[in-house]
Amino acid sequence: MPVAPQMETLSGQLVETKVEERKFTGSEILLRCLIQEGVEVIFGYPGGAVLPIYDSLYDGQIRHLLARHEQGAIHAADGYARATGKPGVVVATSGPGATNLVTGIATAMMDSVPLVCITGNVDQSLLGTDAFQEADITGITMPITKHNYLVRDVNDLPRIVKEAFTIATQGRPGPVLIDIPKDVSNAKAAFEYPESVEIPGFHPWRTPGREQVEQLYEAIAEAKKPLILAGGGVVSSGAAGELIAFSEKTGIPVTTTLMGIGGFPGTHPHWLGMPGMHGTYAANHALLECDLLIGIGARFDDRVTMGRIDKFAQKAKIAHIDIDPAEIGKNVRTYIPLNGDVKSVLQLINQEVPRSRSNKWMDQLDEWKQRFPLQYKETEDGLKPQWVIEQIYRTTQGEAIITTDVGQHQMWVAQFYRFHHPRSLLTSGGLGTMGFGFPAAIGAQLAYPDRTVIAVVGDGGFQMTAQELAVVSLENIPVKVALINNQCLGMVRQWQEIFYKKRYSEVDLAGSPDFVTLAEAYGVKAWRAHTKDEAKKCWEEALAHPGPALVDFWVSPEENVYPMVAPGSGLDEMVMGDEI
Amino acid sequence: MRHILSVLVNNQPRVLARVASLIGQRNYNIESISVGESEKEGLSRMIIITGGDHQTLEQVRKQLEKLIDVIKVEHLEKEKTVERELLLIKVEATSAVRAEIFGIVEPFRASIVDVSPQSLTIQVTGEPAKLEAMVELLRPYGIIEIARTGAIALERGLNKVKATV
Repeated sequence: MPVAPQMETLSGQLVETKVEERKFTGSEILLRCLIQEGVEVIFGYPGGAVLPIYDSLYDGQIRHLLARHEQGAIHAADGYARATGKPGVVVATSGPGATNLVTGIATAMMDSVPLVCITGNVDQSLLGTDAFQEADITGITMPITKHNYLVRDVNDLPRIVKEAFTIATQGRPGPVLIDIPKDVSNAKAAFEYPESVEIPGFHPWRTPGREQVEQLYEAIAEAKKPLILAGGGVVSSGAAGELIAFSEKTGIPVTTTLMGIGGFPGTHPHWLGMPGMHGTYAANHALLECDLLIGIGARFDDRVTMGRIDKFAQKAKIAHIDIDPAEIGKNVRTYIPLNGDVKSVLQLINQEVPRSRSNKWMDQLDEWKQRFPLQYKETEDGLKPQWVIEQIYRTTQGEAIITTDVGQHQMWVAQFYRFHHPRSLLTSGGLGTMGFGFPAAIGAQLAYPDRTVIAVVGDGGFQMTAQELAVVSLENIPVKVALINNQCLGMVRQWQEIFYKKRYSEVDLAGSPDFVTLAEAYGVKAWRAHTKDEAKKCWEEALAHPGPALVDFWVSPEENVYPMVAPGSGLDEMVMGDEI
Repeated sequence: MRHILSVLVNNQPRVLARVASLIGQRNYNIESISVGESEKEGLSRMIIITGGDHQTLEQVRKQLEKLIDVIKVEHLEKEKTVERELLLIKVEATSAVRAEIFGIVEPFRASIVDVSPQSLTIQVTGEPAKLEAMVELLRPYGIIEIARTGAIALERGLNKVKATV
């Protein structure tokens, strides 16, 4: 954005100074860079080392959302990024402000979410002296960022910010951190924002060879039991439409990993559900029986393969489409590597892709789907968590954005909510972060003020970031919190029940607050439900309420997530329910 | 299996930390890393000696290439590579055994770089196996201290590992 030449008085004379000569402080430069990047909202928390940055924000050129903990701020930025595909921006101060971002950075790294994290640091003259609120955040975050910077010279700032946005968003997305010492924020320099930057060590875009594409065509034409394993890469590259076309042209069924959910419609006849530890019978048995497995933007992690590569897709040739060359061949032996952006690769492949010979296979899969659907035991009086999720689905018709934490409620959402669109399930898949869901919902709701955004959280995880109720209340952000309250740490309890002889060690969450009163204390409307009738009624009211709302669904602590594959077992050893 | 990787990196603060952190994080074995300026201004060459099967090597290479400060990674094949390391070794050496030690030093084309009444410091360069042989021959006299540079290597002939951009 060109800045108009400024008229300034110098020794009593009017002198026209050119744009390049006008000096800005580092913090003003940072703000201008963010404006040029089209940043709409910054999530953050002030402190000593970012005082200059917050002074620049004071004029309100970019909206700033004041979280109540830096972890809340970064998860909100993450939720914004996951919902939109645009980079989320978070600002925190030095020392504890920066270290409070760590969980959020690792969360974004594991799930390939584009974030630009800006931290202040102490003056450069104090770096390395254990100064007040000093932390070596670039050192700390080295393994959990795609890249990070310590800005040494204010003149480098525009280039570094441009590089940070480029690296965060291009290729496989991920978090980038920029650490700015306070003296750099205060130092003055001319400002010119580069249109683009050349980063010699960064080659994000690749295309597969023609040979591999031909090999894939051949494998598809021959395959009688082909299967697509679609992961988060389908969502992040915006390839949902291409995936539907690919599946329909070839007649290949699709299983979506937790991160891939929404990347293929949950109501499509080709969809088999989620595979893996809590996957469907059809998806897991398809993985066991398939003769061609096409991984698309999925990384074959241990919650899908169970770490038992010896029992995973043993009859299949594996083809793998992924933007990150390091993912290909990392966990499974790959027969046809297709390195490139999922959307572009699928567009290329779809041009001439042949049909597979999957007719009988499809019949077999349909039979499995009918014989072994996801199920749970209904109850007359109390509330079942699975029923609550189904109720949320019925009332939103698969159109809501749902965020979750990690654990039982997360798996029930993955199993019982049918997502119709990509970027609708925002969940901490890789890192499995408690406390992610609620702040992530805030970020998503800011991006889409008119959509229904629901944070499905457990009573454990919610207490890790519940302080952000202040933000939804103050800003009237109409997030709906569906609290699946089983009064315990459900997933840990489930493992202790099954693998530790019911020695329930430290999973009882007695002492939790009355969540309705807690929400009301923040000025958020809240309801409690113990029965289906109550649940139906208050959920309806919560959805209709124009502001933020919380419903405390009391469910039984004894309910477990099934099917389940025990750790160390292969996908052929699924346990379908308590009775087995 | 032992592998030699030649890695061109930005000559930036912390680049060694980034590479070492990655190798530790990914649980790869490492025998040595040596780093110094390359022929190109602003770029350093890092020689990493690592162990592991072919798949592990591929992973190390690909993961290293994801680092923004890593410009290029090349696997150097043993038979097409000149590999050298420098060793300094201080041994106990009274006048009674000096002549013997000189007799060891000479065929290795090593050199005595420091002499004191009770010790000799010897410098030797070569492939790691040669250095180890030297150490073993000197061990009986009493080794006081050893310092090694880690291996460095270049491909034989005209080829060079260079930035492609």
